[in-house]
Amino acid sequence: MLYLLRRFVLLIVTVIFVSFITFGVFQILPGDPVLTMLGTEADPAQIENLRSELGLDLPLYVQYFDWITGLFTGDLGNSIRFSMPVMDLMLDRLPVTLSLAAITLFIVCAVSLPLGMFAARRQNKLSDLTLSTATQIGMAIPSFWLGMMLIIYVAMNVDFFRISGYIPWSTSVTGAFSTLLLPAITIAIPQIAINFRYVRTAILEQIRLDYVRTIRSKGIVERIVMYKHVLKNALIPILTVFGLISAEVMAGTIIVEQVFSIPGVGQLLVTAINNRDFPLVQGIVMYITIAVVSINFIIDILYSIIDPRIRIR
Amino acid sequence: MIKYARLLLMALVVVLLAACSEDSGSSSSNETNNSSSGDAAQEIIVRVNDDPDFLDPHKATASISFQMILNIFEGLMAPNTDGSLREALGEKYEVSDDGLEYTFTIRQGVKFHDGSDLTVDDVKYTFDRLMGTNGGEKMKNNFDNVLSTEVVDENTFKFTLKEPNSNFLYALTALTSGIVPAANDGKHNENPIGTGPFAYEKYSPGTNLVLKKNDDYWRDGLPYLNKVTFNFQSDDQAAIMALLANEVDLTSVPWARIDEVTDEFNTTQQQNNSSLVVTFNEEKEPFNNVKVRQAIAMAINKDDIISSVFNGYAEKLGSNMSPAMGKYHDDSLVDVWQFDVEKAKSLLEEAGYPDGFSTKITVSSHNGIYGNIAQIVVENLKAIGIDVEIEVVEWGIWLERVYFGRDYEMTAIDLTGRPSAYEVLNDYVSTNDGENFFRFNNADFDKVMSEVLLETDQEKQVDYFKQAQSILTEEAAAVYIADYQVIWGSDKAVSGLKSYPFWYHDMSEVKMSN
Repeated sequence: MLYLLRRFVLLIVTVIFVSFITFGVFQILPGDPVLTMLGTEADPAQIENLRSELGLDLPLYVQYFDWITGLFTGDLGNSIRFSMPVMDLMLDRLPVTLSLAAITLFIVCAVSLPLGMFAARRQNKLSDLTLSTATQIGMAIPSFWLGMMLIIYVAMNVDFFRISGYIPWSTSVTGAFSTLLLPAITIAIPQIAINFRYVRTAILEQIRLDYVRTIRSKGIVERIVMYKHVLKNALIPILTVFGLISAEVMAGTIIVEQVFSIPGVGQLLVTAINNRDFPLVQGIVMYITIAVVSINFIIDILYSIIDPRIRIR
Repeated sequence: MIKYARLLLMALVVVLLAACSEDSGSSSSNETNNSSSGDAAQEIIVRVNDDPDFLDPHKATASISFQMILNIFEGLMAPNTDGSLREALGEKYEVSDDGLEYTFTIRQGVKFHDGSDLTVDDVKYTFDRLMGTNGGEKMKNNFDNVLSTEVVDENTFKFTLKEPNSNFLYALTALTSGIVPAANDGKHNENPIGTGPFAYEKYSPGTNLVLKKNDDYWRDGLPYLNKVTFNFQSDDQAAIMALLANEVDLTSVPWARIDEVTDEFNTTQQQNNSSLVVTFNEEKEPFNNVKVRQAIAMAINKDDIISSVFNGYAEKLGSNMSPAMGKYHDDSLVDVWQFDVEKAKSLLEEAGYPDGFSTKITVSSHNGIYGNIAQIVVENLKAIGIDVEIEVVEWGIWLERVYFGRDYEMTAIDLTGRPSAYEVLNDYVSTNDGENFFRFNNADFDKVMSEVLLETDQEKQVDYFKQAQSILTEEAAAVYIADYQVIWGSDKAVSGLKSYPFWYHDMSEVKMSN
């Protein structure tokens, strides 16, 4: 209970701190949201109206104070660029990013765990070396290039895949897959490569320990040795990396969303920054902060479940 | 544990296979595009670069917004494809002999998208809203010259101007004053209602704007399409892929990739009606010296820019008027400052800069063409001893610093076209503080531009506009490079596309065939 409370206080402090930094950075950044939005055809009358309508003519501390009081009453304010509540815009985008994150994480787990264990058992044999080289390449491939290649060679040839946009699950499940699968694979491949290396190293560390020899000498089947004992003990470092990957994909994957034109949180963030849409940027930054803190929290709890010697205090 | 892992892998494989084998079926995702059987679905997906700034036609300013929302709203007048005007919601109009009174007969039997009738009160409401005469803030400066408006009877509306203004009718199209229903007050942006061929259905920020057919449209038999979707896609390369994959029916095609689409798609060329200029802050030394500006105009090789940046798809300019403007365009000005390095050098010497000088060109990064042009300019000017440094900034910063802040030395930009020749040239009037970012200040020019407003004879107006263009060229108010062409690639099933001298995807007569 005390642990939960401490976590919660930490979350609030982080949120305030992060919002303060974002606000500060935005004041230093050149560029004006109203001018950016209205462009060269703007009428001076319109610029003035919009500025006062948005409260951008108020002193900075008033603007910040208004925003932070809004935050604690659950109101994230209105987007400047889209003239609608930040909350609505984010709720529109979240299902897209979360679906993409879920599919990506599933692929990462399903591929990197078995592959890592396989490589560890065949340390320094040809198959291990091949996999290690392949993952080295996997990590080095830039995702925008990989995405483009998948579009050109897979999506353009297989009718099922769409190369742009997003179809909600509620409209069509296969439709959602047709828009999300390729981007998920694009994000997953470098992450698989990273995760594979951690799994392999962690398993290798365990496999040398005395207890493994003891179990093996008791005549237990190799499969059980590997999955029930070795993997379980190796899981702590793997989980740490997995937490980092989760935080990364939950925050929205800016480049991949751009390549596949997926209306996710990452794309919204880019638009918001380009337009100096401060309330929208703050809203998204808040979401990312909360997502990261919560993932860390979940990972902490998982640690103690996997290894009961670790207590959450 | 291993069983579990295998299960996961199996599940993944199954999902992948299921996904791949689905392609022959009629998955709902493809039904909008693959209209291969039976009657063609009268639906179109058009790719545009960006979201609209506002859906409210009075708040919107970006040309990208009007490209879409002109399908929703109409004004008293409407633009033709050649830039002239025709009557729209104003069925006919009369101008008094002194040019001060404009009396409109409002078209009868026109319905708004919510089913209510268009009345003269809606017209009154629209102009009150724009001018801020009914309590609200003034929304446009275009009507500063309007002394009063009056509802004469139930289908007659009258404007009285302070001074005659031959350009006034141009302020009455939906580009400036789309007619909106009074009943929708306060909701024009969230739920836009107009009288146009298409009605607003849904706007998903960052994704698309969906319009549906207006069944009660007053022009008989129009429109043909049941649904128009504008997909927002900023990346040109991705947009081309989407066209090739039949996910969009109409998009602009980058110049370098035109060959890839000409076999399977229709392409149409549209003169962009913008003036791409390399220009200077004419309040700053040495650009306040007309000889320096003329020297630069002669030193920049426009042909190089046209062939390398636009792949040849551009027409050379001599002044701030695109050939798309027809009779208003003065084509004799193209060769006034011919590319001539030696002459440019001697002019620069006469101006008092025999050894040249150093300066900076600030360009926006939102479109690659500006940076490409800047590079050529740097090379060209090096030849006459001017040392130019390139500074690339974000669009928002460019607007703040260069366009509105006037804190710059040189820049490159395309000045967006408008249907009215007056509004195109108006940017250089010394009192037009909002748009004259060149800080061009020429009494002759100002005089010509104020006289043209008093001239009612169209042919004489043309003469004035040509005179104004020639002053800009002589004074080298900017280096007028080119007007580029936008190449539209469309599905072969699409017909009825029209091109205007400004950004407008007119969907009213578009049809899909098999």
